Amino acid sequence: MMFHRVLGLAAVGCLVAAAAQAQISDDVVKIGVLTDMSSLYADIGGKGSVVAAEMAVKDFGGKVAGKPIEVVSADHLNKPDVGANIARQWIDQDHVDAIVDVPTSSVALAVQDVTKEKDRVFLISGAASSDLTGKSCSPTGVHWTYDTYALAHGTGSALVKQGGDTWFFITADYAFGHALERDTSAVVKAAGGKVLGAVRAPLNTPDFSSFLLQAQASKAKIIGLANAGGDTINSIKQGAEFGIVQGGQRFAGLLVFISDVHSLGLQTAQGLVLTSAFYWDQNDATRAWAKRFMAETNKVPTMVQAGVYGAVTHYLKAIAAAKTDEGKAVVAKMREIPINDFMTHNGKLREDGRVMRDIYLFQVKSPAESKYPYDYYKQLAVIPADQAFRPLSESECPLVKKG
Amino acid sequence: MVESAPVIGADHALTPTLSRKRKRGDERMIPLLHIPPQALFGQLLLGLINGAFYAMLSLGLAVIFGLLNIINFAHGAQYMLGAFCAWFLLNLAGVGYWPSLVIAPIAVALFGIVLERAFLRWIYRLDHLYGLLLTFGLAIIIEGLFRQQYGSSGQPYSIPPELTGVWNLGFMFLPIYRGWVIAASAVVCFGTWFLIERTRLGAYLRAATENPVLVQAFGINVPRMVTLTYGFGVGLAALAGVLAAPIYQVSPLMGSNIIIVVFAVVVIGGMGSILGSIVSGFALGLVEGLTKVFYPEASSTVIFVVMAIVLLLKPAGLFGRAA
Repeated sequence: MMFHRVLGLAAVGCLVAAAAQAQISDDVVKIGVLTDMSSLYADIGGKGSVVAAEMAVKDFGGKVAGKPIEVVSADHLNKPDVGANIARQWIDQDHVDAIVDVPTSSVALAVQDVTKEKDRVFLISGAASSDLTGKSCSPTGVHWTYDTYALAHGTGSALVKQGGDTWFFITADYAFGHALERDTSAVVKAAGGKVLGAVRAPLNTPDFSSFLLQAQASKAKIIGLANAGGDTINSIKQGAEFGIVQGGQRFAGLLVFISDVHSLGLQTAQGLVLTSAFYWDQNDATRAWAKRFMAETNKVPTMVQAGVYGAVTHYLKAIAAAKTDEGKAVVAKMREIPINDFMTHNGKLREDGRVMRDIYLFQVKSPAESKYPYDYYKQLAVIPADQAFRPLSESECPLVKKG
Repeated sequence: MVESAPVIGADHALTPTLSRKRKRGDERMIPLLHIPPQALFGQLLLGLINGAFYAMLSLGLAVIFGLLNIINFAHGAQYMLGAFCAWFLLNLAGVGYWPSLVIAPIAVALFGIVLERAFLRWIYRLDHLYGLLLTFGLAIIIEGLFRQQYGSSGQPYSIPPELTGVWNLGFMFLPIYRGWVIAASAVVCFGTWFLIERTRLGAYLRAATENPVLVQAFGINVPRMVTLTYGFGVGLAALAGVLAAPIYQVSPLMGSNIIIVVFAVVVIGGMGSILGSIVSGFALGLVEGLTKVFYPEASSTVIFVVMAIVLLLKPAGLFGRAA
């Protein structure tokens, strides 16, 4: 009798302990992919980001700490107010535990505030502004794939080294463009170059000819495109029309995605130097993953979509290890575990939210060099993590303790 | 590279003025505020080219609104269909730019005629709002389908070899293709205006909008005329789409990017006024072009500011007759 009662108590005790350990709120881990589904960044993140998140969940087994994982998605229309509202609704009513992607920096900065206030994890893959780990950093914000600092130090310094010492910027007139222009200008000036001027073009401008003419008149050797997606495509395409490259000036596509190169075609895009954290044809692991992605979407994955897969996987690993989905605790675990996936080798999440990874400098191949579908890039250099990203000593992030 | 690499294809006459100005003070604003008149001509011309697209698109809208009383929100989607039609013709059938310039507008116009027969003709007698909602819904469906299939980045379409290269105009180097766009658009706009305002067919059309019953009593098939008019308006949108294909990417988003601006142009010109849409199309292209030089940040908003001012001062638009 006595023995049985003790056993019973012990069993109950075990159950209570287990329940206390596995603190998964609402018995489900919900991941919200917030992205541009309908406008100029839809091919960079968009549906592909949702597919990547779903692939990550499937590969993880669909469950974490014994609870099911769900993926939801929404279109933030590139508007910060819309994005912040969706984030609030997701967290307050739909019990979303982590928000992923957000390819528009202005929206990401708004969502960063919401997730910080509500202690939810924010896995940023698409947004680029280095302010997300600078003055707008958050204890639950994880800037996964790349940032404007890395782009500036990749493409920017490579072109200055090749003799491009005078620059004129065509800048997307919002948080991302401003950050990219600022970070690249700093690189150019530090290397002894000069910035001759800049023009701020509204986001999603169809016609860049006026800005191109201003860039042409500046006589700068390099025309820095501090924009992305459809804006970059239109700038380069119309630049060809106005004979920018034949005129001896050179484009610096500071943020060029493989979807942009595909859209432009190699004839127009050849020779562009670009910085990326991922290219599908780098090694067997990237090829294997990209092949699966292409089977689902019929499109070649961008670094943003690949980053979404990696970020979600690492997030789930941290939940499994921490046995909770509470924001700060999960991110603390994410910092402890080294990051390893098909595109990341011994990556590390820093205290300001920056994921330290190697990035790569590529050049777009000419049509003659391209041998098979999507054979677009040749690798010029590997930029090690500590050179690619802003050192903590220069950080404006309040979370970074300065010694 | 040498210190100041010679730039072929840019105007050397501008350089001394620009660089001298730039040496003083902030590098960003000075060259723009002190832009030499020659560079300004270039910018005005570019504005005029964008105006050519606005004019052609708002013209189609004005024709459809003036004669059918339908606010055709599917106009942007039809413009996009024109560009895609040219792209399909090139990539699937190997048909080049010049035949596409004729085939694509006709094909899209036929599609428009089917829409008119199937949907629009039922709602002529209802409030404008119904037509607006119906065409808006159709536009969303069409654009959604294309986005699903082709993504947002767009497909490349090259400038036809006859029109590649640049003209040296002295004050700027103008891509020949852009020159062609402005000429083609001017011809199309004038032709449409002439057809509607100065020919017998145009007179029938205008009479049919005033009093369809009476015109029908004279033995004219008014419903068929209305159908063909819608087809014509849609065809104009598609033609603008083909002309735009080599400049912009052939993208599912190209219509929704431009349609709101075009509606503002129509409202400024006066809903349904043919001349108003043409003049305000070109004029607003110029205004936008100037804004891109002096205050580029506002270039996507300036047209709406103009619209607000015009509506305050002349609610029927610049060329509209008060109802």
